[in-house]
Amino acid sequence: MTELNTLTIAEARDALKKGEVTSAALTEACLGAIEGAGALNAFVHKTPEIAMQQAEAADARLKGGEAPALCGIPLGIKDLFCTKGVASQAASNILGGFKPEYESTVTGNLFADGAVMLGKLNMDEFAMGSSNETSAYGNAVNPWRREGDETPLTPGGSSGGSASAVAADLCLGATGTDTGGSIRQPCAFTGTVGIKPTYGRCSRWGIVAFASSLDQAGPMTKTVRDSAIMLQAMCSHDPKDSTSVDFPVPDFEAALTGDIRGKTIGIPKEYHMEGIPAEIEQLWTRGKEMLADAGAKVVDISLPHTKYALPAYYVIAPAEASSNLARYDGVRYGHRATLAAGDGITEMYEKTRAEGFGSEVQRRIMVGTYVLSAGFYDAYYNRARKVRALIKRDFDEAFASGVDAILTPATPSAAFGLGEMKSADPVQMYLNDVFTVTVNLAGLPGVSVPAGVDKQGLPLGLQLIGRPWEEGDLLNTAYALEQAAGFVSKPAKWW
Amino acid sequence: MSIDTETAAKVAKLARIKVEDDALPALAEEFNTILGFIEQLNEVDVEGVEPMTSVTPMRLKRREDVVTEGDQQDKILANAPDAREGFFAVPKVVE
Repeated sequence: MTELNTLTIAEARDALKKGEVTSAALTEACLGAIEGAGALNAFVHKTPEIAMQQAEAADARLKGGEAPALCGIPLGIKDLFCTKGVASQAASNILGGFKPEYESTVTGNLFADGAVMLGKLNMDEFAMGSSNETSAYGNAVNPWRREGDETPLTPGGSSGGSASAVAADLCLGATGTDTGGSIRQPCAFTGTVGIKPTYGRCSRWGIVAFASSLDQAGPMTKTVRDSAIMLQAMCSHDPKDSTSVDFPVPDFEAALTGDIRGKTIGIPKEYHMEGIPAEIEQLWTRGKEMLADAGAKVVDISLPHTKYALPAYYVIAPAEASSNLARYDGVRYGHRATLAAGDGITEMYEKTRAEGFGSEVQRRIMVGTYVLSAGFYDAYYNRARKVRALIKRDFDEAFASGVDAILTPATPSAAFGLGEMKSADPVQMYLNDVFTVTVNLAGLPGVSVPAGVDKQGLPLGLQLIGRPWEEGDLLNTAYALEQAAGFVSKPAKWW
Repeated sequence: MSIDTETAAKVAKLARIKVEDDALPALAEEFNTILGFIEQLNEVDVEGVEPMTSVTPMRLKRREDVVTEGDQQDKILANAPDAREGFFAVPKVVE
């Protein structure tokens, strides 16, 4: 029999409904896999007692008949989500010891449906990073390796622990968050599927804030179907988040017919970027062919402001971060520096924040402080917000011309080695998000689908971008792409 | 726009992050790299463009200005590094 932890959410759901397996057995299989996967450093706070209690409750509920799709499904939770009574540190030392007295709305929705929490997952500190190398817990490691090479690779970031855990079958699915590509880039690096829904679909309440106008939660799973099932459970209107929309949540799984005949897929010419490896271009071409073979009409489009997305992002995101992270002051929660005799409250703030924040977080807070400071607010921040409006207008015009979804590469490369970017300047690392960040700025849904491997045997992903609020249609196109690509490779177990 | 060590020190102060003097030149250089990247935005004609506010135009919801979840002093103080007699405790603020 298949190892239970390798099941997809859909397979496990069906087996649970038929009484062929129990949630307790599924959960034990995952807990066992986690115990054996210390080398991946994906799970940073394990919650086996909570998991087994939730599994037993789920089994009782399943026996009683009607249970939601996620009832009894073991999941990993990104450390950015506040989970009641369980360490929630955003991978930062400044939140050392913090155990929230409340539950985030998204995890609350998952647990209300009967999902099981295996533990908290590694990530970049405050979700700021593209390689999981800024974490206070140390690097998460990609279960994939280059052929014949033992170099440890990044699982991507910021949701690196989530991607690593799903790819290595430590859990059936995981939560992620995506501010500039933090779900889609790690999914592309690990051969997994992840969707960032339209801004406002998932409540941000109880998720540690990075850049509030860009942050969205989403699922990271083994298949498109699993993403549809899990996203369904995560979405809700939440009065506690004023940007959460009061729209009905459609049945995303029901949208997965695989029929995309007559759909129009746009190929943005600006995403052909200099310096992008030929393998990525070839994968993109194959993706176009696959969608055309499935009956879609593929058209060339233009998104002229694409080039300005990353610079706009690196004004807006640090600006919002500098404001959001002002709350970490050593007063209400987390770390407080040891003070010298005579130190006052300003010294307490300054020492606490210098000790508690890692270097990338400090850098972004200070860049944000600078662009918001008197005299520069218009030149940087307001200009970036206007450029953002133009980026959104580009997408609006493409959709108005009849495009249903846009196909792009997910990342400019396959997973790179941990430490390989160490000598690069910060901007080099930021380029990882070049294909994904436009989607956050425009607030659109975007999904990453594994579509092939490179010559070293590493997974590569394609991204599909959809119309706002049409995640169901987008997931259906992703499903057609997934079927056509037939990506079934798994990393060879070395850990 | 080039940032010198003096500006870097000022920004660190505004952000309430202690940066040692010998770390300021490297910090200023990093700022310059990032700001150099951001400068590209000056190429864009933004004349007459309104800043983006939401994906779909909508009004933020309003709610009654009432206490929704009160009376939980213990929970609010539970994670404080220093809580005394029902308050957050901090070093002396006023001389």
